[in-house]
Amino acid sequence: MSRAGALRVEQAGPLALLQDAGRFGVRHLGMTQGGPMDWYAAGWANALLGNAQVAPVLEITIGGLSLVAETSTTLSLTGADLGATVNGQPLTPWQRFELHPGDRLAFDLPRAGMRAYLGIPGGWQGETSLGSVACVTREGLGGHKGGGRPLESGDRLAFPQQEPGRFPAETHVPNAQRMDYQQPARLGLIPGGQAARFDGYSLYQAFNRQWTVDTRTDRMGIRLTGPELVCRHTAMISEGIPAGAVQVPADGQPICLMNDRQTIGGYPRLGTLTPLARARLAQCPAGHPVHLRACGTGSAQREWRHLFFLWPHQ
Amino acid sequence: MMTPRVENAGIDAWVVRFSDRIDPASRNWITAFCRDCRAVLGDALVEMVPSYTTVLVQYDPWQLTDTVSRRLLESVLERLEPSSEDTGGRLIKLPVWYDVSVGPELSLIAERNGWSPQRVAAAHAATQYQVFALGFVPGFAFMGLVDPALATPRLATPRQQVPRGSIAIAERQTSAYPQVTPGGWNLIGRTPLTLFDATREPMTVLEPGDRVRFVPISRQRFIELGGDPTPVAEATP
Repeated sequence: MSRAGALRVEQAGPLALLQDAGRFGVRHLGMTQGGPMDWYAAGWANALLGNAQVAPVLEITIGGLSLVAETSTTLSLTGADLGATVNGQPLTPWQRFELHPGDRLAFDLPRAGMRAYLGIPGGWQGETSLGSVACVTREGLGGHKGGGRPLESGDRLAFPQQEPGRFPAETHVPNAQRMDYQQPARLGLIPGGQAARFDGYSLYQAFNRQWTVDTRTDRMGIRLTGPELVCRHTAMISEGIPAGAVQVPADGQPICLMNDRQTIGGYPRLGTLTPLARARLAQCPAGHPVHLRACGTGSAQREWRHLFFLWPHQ
Repeated sequence: MMTPRVENAGIDAWVVRFSDRIDPASRNWITAFCRDCRAVLGDALVEMVPSYTTVLVQYDPWQLTDTVSRRLLESVLERLEPSSEDTGGRLIKLPVWYDVSVGPELSLIAERNGWSPQRVAAAHAATQYQVFALGFVPGFAFMGLVDPALATPRLATPRQQVPRGSIAIAERQTSAYPQVTPGGWNLIGRTPLTLFDATREPMTVLEPGDRVRFVPISRQRFIELGGDPTPVAEATP
């Protein structure tokens, strides 16, 4: 028999959300996807614990969160370095670690990256809505206590307390598999959508000039600022938007559409970011330099498959 | 109708384009395509998002490569027969209380045409619409096409709060707001129905491909059906 363990939320911070793979089979009804913005780091948080890849993890944006353990447990921390400490001692990300009753896990401010993922054996408990606990505040769905509510001070984060688990041999993510969030982001973009309707000089600039991550970013979309891109195709009929779509409204500045994107939209698209590019972009703070490079579907699919095989398998 | 095109939409998705303009006839092709595509892709189908002229198809890249998935979609298109009016989706009747108190732009549209508000309501209810897409918020159906005399541009300043159930017009599209949300469409009435409920099966009253008729009802019937008759609050300048 398993019973629940828990962490108490001492201070919630700006945004901490429960996320699993997200909602599928509902996009045609106008409902968004949800899920971790950086699926790669979230996947490692689960892989270090031997969890299913889609087990619920906690997505901590920017930091400011502090949690106190009520039960002894193993956890994993991946993704951004948000200055995490356990009882004041630094805790670097990309590893598995232990907490005991009364231990305080606290996050400060971003040092590298924007979003950290906290995993727990078996995954955090949340309210399932349409097959997923992914927390989408705009739609009021999912989350640790339902209704799309983010973590609030005083909440309890529950998890299934299991028999001492058999974890993978790796306690840390190998250095070669950790994403470097300090370097300029080089993002693969598969040309598509209305790319052919942009003027030639705009296409040249899109793939050869530096872009900067704008301050207007959230789980719906991340704006880039840079050269003004001109598209001849302005009166567009709304169509379905895939994850990672790069749309360009009339101001010529691209918006990369992410997990909580609107389901259909009417701005011309340059194409679609690769999954790895989406994960990398999710970790870029405002002002971070970005370069776009054109790539093909086949190579992007192979790159994506390859990443899965690096995760420890049981 | 043009030959449908299959366009790249990333490592696990294609956009299938049926037309370059909004055309009710392509709706029958899109409905048929969605049905056949679901049958052919089976478990490998992750999402299918139909819109006015396109269908976004997302597949499971663990089951299909990009080349195989594209070939499957092309084979569906080669054999495609458009669905007829009879088989092309359900006919849904939406009760609507048309009234200036819950649909302030009823008078705007009436004055522009030199009509009474009742005549605007009758014209809106006289057309059978098609649901082209759901989006914006869960359950918000983009329907068309409305009578050209009723076509009205979006409000210059969107309302902060459009009441739930509001029936609205933007250009030649019409819709019903499933929840309270900011919005810039022109309001002409209100339905008492709950258009979206995540705990209900099905969650939405309307789905892409449905045909819709608006049925005028009285204020009393609207209240009997559970509608909230609170007038639209106009922002104080």
